[in-house]
Formats: sequence, structure tokens, C-alpha cells
Amino acid sequence: MNEPARLAVLGAGHVGPVIARLAVKAGYPVAIATSGDPENLALITELMIPGAQPRWARDAVAGADIVVLAIPLHRFGQIDPRLLDGKLVVDAMNYWPATEGVLEAFSRGGSSEIVARRLAGSVVVKALNHIGYHELEARARPAGDPDRPAAGVAGDDPAAVAMIAGLADRIGYDPVRLESLRAGRALEPGGPVFGAVLPLGVFERAVRQDARSLA
Amino acid sequence: MTYTFGLDTFGDRNGDADGKPLSHAQTIRNVVEEGVLAEQAGLDFFGIGEHHTEYFPMPAGDVVLAAIAARTERIHLGSAVTVLSSDDPVRVYQRYATLNAISSGRAEVILGRGSSVESFPLFGYDLADYEELFEEKATLFAELVRGGPVTWAGKTRAPLLHQDVVPHTESGPFPVWIGVGGNPQSVIRAARLGFSLALAIIGGPPARFAAYSELFQRALEKFGRPPLPVLVHSPGHVAPTDEQAKAEFWPRWRDIITLIAPERGFAIPTEESFDAETGPDGALYVGSPETVAQKIAANLRVLGASRFDLKYGMPGLTHEQLITNIELYGGRVIPRVRELLG
Repeated sequence: MNEPARLAVLGAGHVGPVIARLAVKAGYPVAIATSGDPENLALITELMIPGAQPRWARDAVAGADIVVLAIPLHRFGQIDPRLLDGKLVVDAMNYWPATEGVLEAFSRGGSSEIVARRLAGSVVVKALNHIGYHELEARARPAGDPDRPAAGVAGDDPAAVAMIAGLADRIGYDPVRLESLRAGRALEPGGPVFGAVLPLGVFERAVRQDARSLA
Repeated sequence: MTYTFGLDTFGDRNGDADGKPLSHAQTIRNVVEEGVLAEQAGLDFFGIGEHHTEYFPMPAGDVVLAAIAARTERIHLGSAVTVLSSDDPVRVYQRYATLNAISSGRAEVILGRGSSVESFPLFGYDLADYEELFEEKATLFAELVRGGPVTWAGKTRAPLLHQDVVPHTESGPFPVWIGVGGNPQSVIRAARLGFSLALAIIGGPPARFAAYSELFQRALEKFGRPPLPVLVHSPGHVAPTDEQAKAEFWPRWRDIITLIAPERGFAIPTEESFDAETGPDGALYVGSPETVAQKIAANLRVLGASRFDLKYGMPGLTHEQLITNIELYGGRVIPRVRELLG
């Protein structure tokens, strides 16, 4: 990959700006969008994500190779799946009833598998969902740092998983690849690595032994 | 800059010397005593955060604040926070306007979600509607606080038509803040509504919130509003020495964070993570008066904030430990912070 992939981050709440800022620092061209007018994001972008471009969602997505979904899961139904056709989509969302309420559509099975079924024209990778927004930036470390934590990257398409593993690596985490979205259930709320910031060896053992990831 | 200092509690259920929990009723009576002591210790603000749990039995903080108001003269009294999304803005206004009357103009309100979500199922609200509920209700609350007849229509409560909402205040709007925990769009909303900004910093490096403070002042400019104050709310515990403060606070903090971690996505605390949070770059103000004063002064500067509210207590700490905390905070920490800030 000579030219870095272009990122669109959808969502400017707790999580989106943090991912966008890390990606800008790692050298990716980044656009950020919400459901509304980019004018409303101008100040937030200027002060908190310098280097990123506020856009309308459709424009941000059209110009991107990778689209990061960082919106509350209950808003996911408002996204038109056709908007994301042909894109590599990173699902950073979580089904977390304790903080967001019960969603019938997500009450059975892995949330990213349900997201992928709805986004039939996209390739979905589950990543960047399991580290708290308040820690994602503070805990990032360059490769080789003894305190560098691991981050899970799960998906059914090995090339897409490799690409997002590269993104995780460049923003400051040792990627741990999981061979399917099904296996990515180990990254969900209630799982062994959710909310925990763990080094590579401990992280790998935790997700490999987790019953959620066993087919 | 004029600095002010407050104390916040969630009605953390007290323990006795043997670690046995006191009753909810005794804990609430102790909070009244702590509020009265806060004024005697020279504090500017005493806040009570709404919670509905066995270990934070504090759903009606305004009632407790009224008891404190009757026994104090000077200290400001407010919520920290009021969970507005699962309440009725008219009722919230009425309760705090009543507190404002009882206290002769000392009421304040901090609106937010706080750390609690348990009020949603309790009162029949869906957490998925949180954003819409808060946006609508905060907008109505801004109208109510301004005074005069209110005309309003929305989806989350009955409409109001030229409605006179009583009691009227004697000297205009009381202070209203919006509590923000990390969502920049909430900062923009506070500026748009003309509310002050309360930064709830409960984990990680406080300095990362400096951008929120700047965002707030820039957004106020953009909306054509004058500058408004920023406050910092963070947990902590003051004791005569660093060792004692950490020894008292650590097991209580570990137990409560471990309990709520699954629903909040927190990591389970370790002695290592506790050392990081109580160190100079962490969010906990636990230590001797000097340690805590240095940290408060440094962060008020970095964050461009003019008020610091220490969330004191943790479930299981004793009333006596909290009294020592309050006395040291008022008598030693605050004078030292003022000295450090010049």
C-alpha cells in the first residue's frame, strides 16, 4: 500500500473523534460526518481533530476506502445500506443493553454479524469497539513499546482483516486477527477483553479460550 | 480569575468502623451533616448527584438540599447531576426554584446523565431515546429558567401554552450547568443553550479535556453569547497522609468499580491502575492536602476552569472519614490551591 487508505468516520460522539484523531496522527486522510450538516462539526473538527475534514455523510463515504461506523447502535437502522455498497466497513459499535437499552434486532447473535447481514454490499470488519473511548488514545503505543496493548480485528474476508489490522497497528495497537465475525463475539460487551486493555499474549489467550468465539 | 470550590456526593452508603453498611436513612442524615459542615469548612458549593441504587440511595437530592439550606447561610446548593432525560423539566424547575426560595438564591442545577442509567427503566423510559429526551428537555429547561410564561411543544411531554410556571425566582435565573463526560457535541449544546460547562473527569488524563474547554468558549462566541464558567468534577479522598488516603479509598473504589464495570465498560481496577489514576496524570484526587492541592491547581490551570468540585466519599467509607476529608479539603487544600494559583 503506497498511498494510505482514505478513512471516513461516521459519528462524532464519544468514540468517532478519538478514532479520527488517531487516524490523522497515523497519516491517514480522514473525513468525519454525522447525520447532519458538516457546518455543525466545523468547530469540533478544528479544535479536536485538526487535519480531518468535516463532510456530509454521503460525500465522506464516497471519497473513502474504509468507513468506520462509530454511531450508537440504535441509530444504525437509520443508515441506508446502499450508501456503504462496495466499502470496507469497520464496525466499532456495540450492543450494550445496560447503557443503551434493549434492541430487539440485536438480541440474538453477534452484533457485527447482524450489521454485516444488513450491509450485504459491504465487507464488514469488527474492530476498535472493545477499548473505552477514554482509553483508546491514552493507551496507544508505537510498535515495539513494551506497554503496547493489543486490539482485536475480526472478519470473514482475510484481505479486509489484514487491511484493518494494518490500521490498528498504525494507530498504536498490536492487532490480533480473528478469522470470522462469529469469532469476533469474543470482543463484545461481557466478553473477556471488553473494557480491558491487555498486552498481546494475554489478549490472544483470552479470546482464543472464549466460548463466544467457538463456532 | 475568581476560583470557587465545591463538594459533591452521590449519597454513597456509609460503612461503620467494621465495614458493615449503615442504613440508607442514616446515610441520608449523615449527608445533611456533611453539607452543613461543608459551609463551616468554607466551601462555596455542595452538590448531590441523583442515583437510585442500593449503594447510592439518593433519588431525591433536592429534599436533602432543602434540609441543608435550612441550616446554612452562604453555601450554594445544587444537583450534581439531575438526570433530566428521565424527569419532567417542569418538575425539576419547580423543585430547584423552591430550593432557591428556601435558600434565598443559593440553588444551582447541573443537568446530565451522570454515571447512572438506572432511572430509565425505573421511570419507564427507553435508553435508546436518551439523546432525543435530553435535547428536548434541556431546551425546555432553558426556557423555564429564563422566567416568564412558557410556550413549548415537543414529543417528550405535554405542550405548554403561555404557561406561568411557579414559583418565580426573586433575582432572575439560577445557575445551570450541563455535565459532559467526553462527547464534544454535548459541549456545543451547552453553549447553544447558554448553560455553563461541567466537565466530569472520572478516569484517564485530565489534560485531554482542555480542548473541550476551548471548544466551549469558541462555541459561545459563535452563538453570540458572553463567556461562561467551566467547572471540573472529579472523585477523590483527602486524609492526613498520602498513604492513609490511598489505604482508605482503594478498597472502596476497587469494589464499586468492579461492581459497575460490566455495565459501564470499565476495566477492573488493579493496584497499578489505581496508582496511575492517583498520580499526577490521573483523574483521582486521593492523597494528603498538599498532593491534592497541587493536582487541583495544575488541572484548573490546564483546563481553563474556575471551579473544582471534589466528589468525596465512596460506598463503605465511614462518616468520620468523610468528615476528616471535608475538614482537610476546606481548611488545608483550598487555601493551598488559592496560594498556588496566586
